[in-house]
Amino acid sequence: MAAPVPEPLLQIEGLHKSFDGHAVLSGASLAVPRGCLVSVLGRSGAGKSVFLKCLADVLRPDAGTIRFDGRLLGAGDVEAWADFRRRCSFLFQSNALFDSLTALENVALPLEQTTGLSGKEIDGRSLEALRQLELDAHRDRYPGQLSGGMQKRLALARAIVTRPELVLFDEPTAGLDPLRRNAVFSMIAKYQRQFGFTAVVVTHDVPEALVASDRVALLDQGRMCFEGVPADFSASNDGVVHDFRDSIAALGSTLAAIRRGEASSSADP
Amino acid sequence: MLRIVGRNTLSIVQALGDFALFLGRSFRAAAGSRKIVRRIMRAGFEQGVRCLPVILIVGMFTGLVLGLQGYYVLNKFGSEGLLGTLVSLSLVREMGPVLAALMLVGQAGSALAAELGIQRNSEQIAALETMGVSSYAYLVAPRLIASLIVYPLQTALFVTVGLVGGALSGSVLLGLESGVYWSAVERAVESQDVRECFTKAAVFGLLTIGLCSYHGFNAHRNRSSTGARAVSASTTRAVVQSCITVLAADYVITSFLV
Amino acid sequence: MKQSKLELLVGAFVVLGLAAVLYLTIKLGAGSMLGGDTYTIEARFTNAGGLNSGSSVVVAGVSVGRVEGIRVDPKDFSAIASLRVMSGLKLPADTMASIKTTGLIGDKYVLLAPGADETSLQPGGIITMTESSVDLESLIGKMAFGSVEEAKSEKAPPP
Repeated sequence: MAAPVPEPLLQIEGLHKSFDGHAVLSGASLAVPRGCLVSVLGRSGAGKSVFLKCLADVLRPDAGTIRFDGRLLGAGDVEAWADFRRRCSFLFQSNALFDSLTALENVALPLEQTTGLSGKEIDGRSLEALRQLELDAHRDRYPGQLSGGMQKRLALARAIVTRPELVLFDEPTAGLDPLRRNAVFSMIAKYQRQFGFTAVVVTHDVPEALVASDRVALLDQGRMCFEGVPADFSASNDGVVHDFRDSIAALGSTLAAIRRGEASSSADP
Repeated sequence: MLRIVGRNTLSIVQALGDFALFLGRSFRAAAGSRKIVRRIMRAGFEQGVRCLPVILIVGMFTGLVLGLQGYYVLNKFGSEGLLGTLVSLSLVREMGPVLAALMLVGQAGSALAAELGIQRNSEQIAALETMGVSSYAYLVAPRLIASLIVYPLQTALFVTVGLVGGALSGSVLLGLESGVYWSAVERAVESQDVRECFTKAAVFGLLTIGLCSYHGFNAHRNRSSTGARAVSASTTRAVVQSCITVLAADYVITSFLV
Repeated sequence: MKQSKLELLVGAFVVLGLAAVLYLTIKLGAGSMLGGDTYTIEARFTNAGGLNSGSSVVVAGVSVGRVEGIRVDPKDFSAIASLRVMSGLKLPADTMASIKTTGLIGDKYVLLAPGADETSLQPGGIITMTESSVDLESLIGKMAFGSVEEAKSEKAPPP
């Protein structure tokens, strides 16, 4: 019965980070099983971005460990981080495309700079990535000439062209309308299956994340206060989860209170 | 009082060290970078071809004015024949390298600082790092290498055009025999002067493009402002510091080399 | 912009810039003359005032070299100027060197007046027959003094 639990691809334990004495992360932990789509939820300012930046080595955590494929990524361990970077891609909230390069050049950039492939191979693989994301018609356009959704796809093409095992998404749906949010999540889910990478999505869109993810985690006050499958999340009675998940209901009752207040105040002479 | 002096001294020393590290890191990173020649080309285009008109125009006017003013002054002593000496030595020793560097700061340096600042702001630099690409090698090193080549070339063009400008105002406007002018030019300038001119140009190039990259690259380090304000603040700082540095470095080089 | 067009423009710029560099170094920096073979001779002056390293060396009004350096002979306190001259020019041993001025207050230069000797100056040879710079102040003083004397002598013979 007790099947051996496969080792998670990414294992984060007890991450601490504070800025000027103000703690943003205080012991955040997360396990990302291989092949899963894991969503990290949390309200704005809960430390989601900082959490992700620690993973990307843009920020250095004060304490805690990050293990990738069983290997410890220590501070200053250049070789381990280089290996991690080779096998992992990062998708920025702002896409971070280079506006002086065409779509094709953008996609080719990581291959051209980090691999010893020949120009022909690079072109072939880049074009293939563009084709898979249905962007091959726009190969010579600059990012500024593409729509928001196409830019997102282009950023994803650049992320997957190195054939990573892990892709980290930083708020891929920030500032999008509900229809586009759905489209982005279905795009992530689709390509995640298609290319077989493991995905970590940081977001605050609860309903979409619950539908699309294999696992969800909730970050609150620097700590993961929930980690599990979406069904458990929906059923959880934890206070924070409840607040976050059922914010609509809370909004309803607040509004009702305000209306009552208004009614009572306007009733007063 | 003493504490303020001490604190400022320390912060200046720290900033200088930081800048030196920045330059060193960029050059070291350049060694292993792929396709860097292509990016040097692009930087050469921005610093070279794009700035050529302004260099030629400013050089021409500098020569014209020098010729005019020099002629009036020398005329009082009856030695108009020395006009070529005056124009060529001022251009080759001082005005060529300094003015060309200032023009290049205005046109290429400011653009560079703003571009890097925006790339920092829109996480493009962070994106490079997460791809495992050194942003020093990809963004900074090509510009520095290009500046070492482009600045001396621009300065040479500036000086040449300036000499022609001096000849124009001397011979066409004021009736000086142009042969007298050119022979004075050839007699006055020595290989030592020309060497000094190119040394200055290369040093100015490295310092100004280095400073502009440094400030743009570190736009996020500015604590008092963020976003677009940070980019504008870092661009301003880059241009102002570059201009001051050009003049200060000019003084230092002149006093040590001559 | 297409890469090829960019390369073309940068190439054109570099060629243009290099032409200017070459002009400055060869034509102005006296590279052509000093680039060719030269040799050094020395000239001993009692007064080399106003002469600088870099001043021209002229034969019959044609520039043939430059003053390379000036130093003081510690034995007799005369000034020794080393002159770098084009090697094609064989100067007779009895050549005379004088320091002249272009115009009234112009540059000083060294004028070489070749003599008629059969043997020529060897590299490192020294010219002793020299005429030093004309000290403008003393010249003016002399003229003023001389004219006063003349005026006196004119006045002297009374009728």
